[in-house]
Amino acid sequence: MLTEFGRVLLFLLVGVFFVAIGLLVAWLLRPNRPYPSKLSTYECGEAPVGDTRVRLNLRFYVVALIFLIFDVEVVFLFPWATVYKNLGWFAFVEMLVFLAILLVGFAYVWRKGDLDWDKPAPQVPRYEKGSGVKESHLTEEEVAV
Amino acid sequence: MGLLDQKFENSNIIITSLDDLLNWARLSSLWGMQFGLACCAIEMMATGASHYDFDRFGTFFRASPRQADVMIVAGTVTLKMASRIKTLFDQMSEPRYVISMGSCSNCGGPYWEHGYHVLKGVDRIIPVDVYVPGCPPRPEALMEGLMKLQEKVRNESLAKKKSA
Repeated sequence: MLTEFGRVLLFLLVGVFFVAIGLLVAWLLRPNRPYPSKLSTYECGEAPVGDTRVRLNLRFYVVALIFLIFDVEVVFLFPWATVYKNLGWFAFVEMLVFLAILLVGFAYVWRKGDLDWDKPAPQVPRYEKGSGVKESHLTEEEVAV
Repeated sequence: MGLLDQKFENSNIIITSLDDLLNWARLSSLWGMQFGLACCAIEMMATGASHYDFDRFGTFFRASPRQADVMIVAGTVTLKMASRIKTLFDQMSEPRYVISMGSCSNCGGPYWEHGYHVLKGVDRIIPVDVYVPGCPPRPEALMEGLMKLQEKVRNESLAKKKSA
């Protein structure tokens, strides 16, 4: 007799073998004649240019995050505004608290300079000479070709 | 070469039975490569739509050549498009078939004499299995072309082709 979990096991086995046999038969029967053009990346018939892993500026992620926050804020504001008259002071204060929390984030982002697209200069950590961090210089011999 | 594909010199009863099953499976679901070039593509879309219902032959259009079995070259193959068509055909996984639809892709059609920009027949760049004549062919004609292709697929074999 099968237990309840026995049936689950049966299902698992059938699932595994169903896929495995399918892959095995396909492996036996399929034609396999690879050549560079056939294996090339599908780009609607165009010749693929560059790498698939395109590097995006990290600042886009910050902008996307900021957008998301205020997008969600507006999503909450709209239904609140439509039924505002029925809700009274409690909902008003509630929404003010919500906006205040988001404003803190907004102030933080502003202060950090994430709203400016052109960064004035990269902020590298500064240190005094001989303050524990050792500077590494390449010798002439190491650089020599 | 695959593990069994084209490995047998002569076909025996097992091979032929397997061939029958394999060919039946393949011809019953000839998925099309989704691309159209010119007015023939409009007829191809009509064939795919509910009135003519290409799907009852097992054909519906896939957006990737990796999943497609048959490329229906529907329309005027310009020289610019020709290299793309060759690439797309190369990128299809085997077994793959080509239906040349309409006069333009069969032989250049109305551009045969003065079309400086038109390839004089798509069979100059890729192997064509079925030619469907017409300018443009009616959906019925395309369906017959597909049925001709199905007949061709029905006679394929795992065994090596006999050299003529």
